[in-house]
Amino acid sequence: MNDLFVYTLRLGDDALIAAQRTAEWIAAAPQLEEDVALGNIGLDQLGQARSLLQYAGQVEGADRSEDDLAYFRDERDFLNLQLCELPNGDFAHAMARLLYFATYQHLLYEELRGCADEMLAGVAGKAVKEVAYHVDHATQWVLRLGDGTEESHRRMQAGLDALWPYTAEMFESDDLVRRLAVAVDPSTLQAEWERRVMAVIDESTCSRPVASYQHSGGRTGRHTEHLGYLLAELQHVARSHPGATW
Amino acid sequence: MLAGMDSFQATIDADGRIEPRDAMPEGYRKTLIRQIAQHAHSEIIGMQPEGNWISRAPSLRRKAILMAKVQDEAGHGLYLYAAAETLGVDRADLLDLLHSGRQKYSSIFNYPTLTWADIGAIGWLVDGAAIVNQVPLCRCSYGPYARAMVRVCKEESFHQRQGFEILHTLCNGTPAQKAMAQDALDRWWWPSLMMFGPPDSASTHSEQSMAWGIKRHSNDELRQRFVDMTVPQADVLGLKVPDEGLSYDEETGHYRFTEPDYTELYDVVKGNGPCNQQRLAHRVKAHEDGAWVREAAAAYAGKQASRREGSAA
Amino acid sequence: MIEPLWEVFVRSRRGLSHTHVGSLHAPDATMALRNARDVYTRRQEGVSIWVVRAADITASSPDEKDEFFDPAGDKVYRHPTFYQVPEGVEHL
Repeated sequence: MNDLFVYTLRLGDDALIAAQRTAEWIAAAPQLEEDVALGNIGLDQLGQARSLLQYAGQVEGADRSEDDLAYFRDERDFLNLQLCELPNGDFAHAMARLLYFATYQHLLYEELRGCADEMLAGVAGKAVKEVAYHVDHATQWVLRLGDGTEESHRRMQAGLDALWPYTAEMFESDDLVRRLAVAVDPSTLQAEWERRVMAVIDESTCSRPVASYQHSGGRTGRHTEHLGYLLAELQHVARSHPGATW
Repeated sequence: MLAGMDSFQATIDADGRIEPRDAMPEGYRKTLIRQIAQHAHSEIIGMQPEGNWISRAPSLRRKAILMAKVQDEAGHGLYLYAAAETLGVDRADLLDLLHSGRQKYSSIFNYPTLTWADIGAIGWLVDGAAIVNQVPLCRCSYGPYARAMVRVCKEESFHQRQGFEILHTLCNGTPAQKAMAQDALDRWWWPSLMMFGPPDSASTHSEQSMAWGIKRHSNDELRQRFVDMTVPQADVLGLKVPDEGLSYDEETGHYRFTEPDYTELYDVVKGNGPCNQQRLAHRVKAHEDGAWVREAAAAYAGKQASRREGSAA
Repeated sequence: MIEPLWEVFVRSRRGLSHTHVGSLHAPDATMALRNARDVYTRRQEGVSIWVVRAADITASSPDEKDEFFDPAGDKVYRHPTFYQVPEGVEHL
């Protein structure tokens, strides 16, 4: 398979699966203002997914649209990080995930917007502003929950700890990213990511999560059990009516 | 110089706007709070039937549109609660009234969304009916409500169109898709007619609200306007409105139609619709699950404020 | 627990002043500003936002409106249309 296709798919799948989880919060957020805020974040993620999947289809040259790629691939063909697919927990869990993921995306897009591939650079240039806002939103909440009440502190710590074992996967390097000139080798982002994330965690009065076993596999299509259910829901209508337009 | 209530009546008579700090009859204030709160509750409960399909929207384009639409409804609820708050109530109290069942929301949202076509039907019919109801509210005598409605109407202009587009696509798609669209119309037609409330002959609040310039047209007038607007659109879609009594009256230029079964409306309002309990339970759960978050935010704000004072001293 | 109410003002584009657009609830100013961005500028309505705690606004009272605003009514000489300009005079 074409390296650029696979690489673009990875980024697009991250954004798509993240959007699907973010959207689950709509009509369930702690306050109305947050329903609107999470709606904006979900729409940003979905927008990134659409641009990236569209481009992946174009690169592949097999006439597959964004919808073909989103709705008619199976679990093992999805290349997103496991961090993105884990089921939603409480609001602290959601903000921990957003802090981890958006900080990673921000560093990645900052690099990618200068890459030689005009399309990828264009998508990254637009997305970098969006995810900067996501980082800010997550940061504001991690600070408030970490340094709020006893209960919120406990929940924030639990969220940060629960997701920590899924963070190293973001920075895994492999032959593909080393071979593909336009790709950002994510291992180069890890130190700065840790610096930024730890600064927020420290200020929030939470403890830094302790080094733990790190899960892996998303980039080669090995996922948690949760992705299958997420996709079943996402794909059900489209697959029930193959060939239909909507 | 006109003081207090004289000035209120003079403003109403001159079709002027009443503003928050003006003197107003207690009945006017109470009627507005009840109506605006009910309207706000409808917006936020209305997020649920459509939110039900965000995860399953059959294309990414449709998913984005639906997310933006449901998000707008949260925003509209928010504008409306803010308008109610100018009358001296607090949003938190209004939410409590919703959660404890002491204030109602539009009964249309107590019907389930069973297929993707329902998302089309809600946009076309339910938002269509809402627009007919809401456009006159942009001229409501209470300034903050009228201004909120101007914003709501402006933002909602895409809602009805996207619903019609969904159905139009289904009606020009496979036979299964077309059948899905007809089924949705069959189920949503009567509840949509009920959105205009009981017939004028049985409407309790209407007369006073009209005199106060809160309401500009009667329920039956608006219902007729909706039918006249919608039937030709159904023809374009190639769908059949499920009313055997429907016919065009050349003389009046209006459609004659069968009145919906209002006992069903009263039943749903009383809490016996298919989804009343589910909708309220979901709303209460979101609110209760969020309590610790709101408390944390307040605690943090308090800490920050005292830290600032500490460093300033 | 009741979150404070904030009034939101948005500058729709450069060169125009901030205009009141509505209100919202937020625990503090930082969140109020962010909420305002999410709630009131979803459709590119603004390039700059102010938020003000509703409780911090001092407003004139409708009871005082006669003594506040009526005295300005008869000062017609403050408006250029009050003055007669002789025929043929331009740029005045």
